[in-house]
Amino acid sequence: MSKEKKKVTEIPIGPYHPLQEEPEFFRLQVEGEKVVGLEIELGYNHRGIEKLSESKSFDQILFLVERICGICSTSHPFAYVNAVEDLAGFKIPEKAKYIRTIVGEMERIHSHLLWLGLAGHFLGYNTVWMWSWKYREPLLEICEKVFGNRQHYAMMKIGGVRRDIDISKGNLIKKGMEDLLPKLDMLQKAVEDDPVIRARLKIAGTLPKKEAREYCVVGPTARASGINIDIRKDDPYAAYDLVNWDVSLRKEGDVYAKTMVRLEEMRQSAKIIKQCVDKLSGLKGDIDIDIKEIPEGEGIGRHEAPRGEVFHYVKSHGGSVPYRHKVKAPSYANVLSDEFAVIGGTIPDAALTLAAVDPCYCCTERMQATDEKGRKYSPKELIKLSQEKTEEIRKKQAK
Amino acid sequence: MSKVFAKSIWVYHFAASPCNNCDIEILDTLTPKFDAERFGVKLVGSIRHADCMLITGALNSKVLPRLKRILKQAPEPFFVIAIGTCALDLGVFRGSYNVVGPVDKHIKVDVYVPGCPPKPEAMLAGVVKLKEKVLAGEKKKGVKKL
Repeated sequence: MSKEKKKVTEIPIGPYHPLQEEPEFFRLQVEGEKVVGLEIELGYNHRGIEKLSESKSFDQILFLVERICGICSTSHPFAYVNAVEDLAGFKIPEKAKYIRTIVGEMERIHSHLLWLGLAGHFLGYNTVWMWSWKYREPLLEICEKVFGNRQHYAMMKIGGVRRDIDISKGNLIKKGMEDLLPKLDMLQKAVEDDPVIRARLKIAGTLPKKEAREYCVVGPTARASGINIDIRKDDPYAAYDLVNWDVSLRKEGDVYAKTMVRLEEMRQSAKIIKQCVDKLSGLKGDIDIDIKEIPEGEGIGRHEAPRGEVFHYVKSHGGSVPYRHKVKAPSYANVLSDEFAVIGGTIPDAALTLAAVDPCYCCTERMQATDEKGRKYSPKELIKLSQEKTEEIRKKQAK
Repeated sequence: MSKVFAKSIWVYHFAASPCNNCDIEILDTLTPKFDAERFGVKLVGSIRHADCMLITGALNSKVLPRLKRILKQAPEPFFVIAIGTCALDLGVFRGSYNVVGPVDKHIKVDVYVPGCPPKPEAMLAGVVKLKEKVLAGEKKKGVKKL
């Protein structure tokens, strides 16, 4: 080892580590307390969703994409139906638009509360964990009463929604939102007023605007760094352009800003849901359209999931199954930004910073290509491999 | 021994490529509303401290060697609860190239909790079932096919 290159200690975190809910592997390189490098290894959750979906019919895929991730279990179907409707040019009824929006926003609230609790847990502040999960419980109860399940609601359907919302249950939703707001204030105070928590959150994992742009982060992670990006405003779908709401923005880019952005987003979501319920009560008509077949073509669908932009691409050659289905989850961009945010901090802050982007490894899981000896392929080698493969296919088709 | 054991089952949570939903419902079971801790159930960080493993997910080829390695560190007696449809019979992931489950093809499972995701009540029922098993004196004889 050369003299310039100092000896670094490596700390492995994972794949099965007490701090993590999901299996993932981080290699922290440290000098004393200071983190100088980070390597991320994924693949522990890879289930081959894209390949599986090529063997399922368009309607069955909804249930598959729902199970990409259990926390944002409406985001993936939402983006998928957007993609198929874009492909086929379907227009959905207004009622379905509002119901979709309600489901999407309910999910955002419970996902952010879940994150807040886990962030408290990573801080060693288990009270926040227990409290925020306690206040998440009434929301799940509403979900169960209105959508039929605590998670995995299966509300989305190509061309509309699967179930109507009973208007009498509308008041239940509204009351749930009213009850939630004071709890959010309380949680905000718990984070804001506690000097220790504040101090910990303020110094950890800063991601400035420039770096945030370079890493292409999305969702609350980007909005906490001052990037005004929100698919719901930039490219409105469902009923997001029919209701009144604001994007929550912060400039600092640290974990504190990310927390505040998410708290504000929950308030905005409550606002959206209340407006949607009001508008829904005056509406009559169908909740879906009749669909005979999905034509040939390709389409994209986007949805602002709790973690950021979910992107689905569907290509159809006619028939009942898609030719290609591509999924890009928000954590795919966000997790990589850890590389910047963790370096320079201390080891105890690393765990918090890694959790601050609200990573979902189930969503973002990719296959890792290795040769027989277990050596990883570099990106250049992978591109070469893919070009060779394409060439092979071309030759076959030419014959 | 089994009487004392049944009152403090410490659990270790192993995510074998799940969709996260069973996992958050497990955590939900531990938080104030369902409060599994009143049955003496406690979530621990390492399998070396645990009496029981909660395993979720469809088990993919990358996780399987890790699962076997971790199970070798488990103390005796040791129990396994499989949670969720994927762990039981792969559910929607059946047919995938990377999935090698279901779980009981590789290790011995004591209690099955079906559902997608199972409700916290179902998980509590699973824990109670395990307690009954322990009280009845059923001992684990090591892990199958290791």
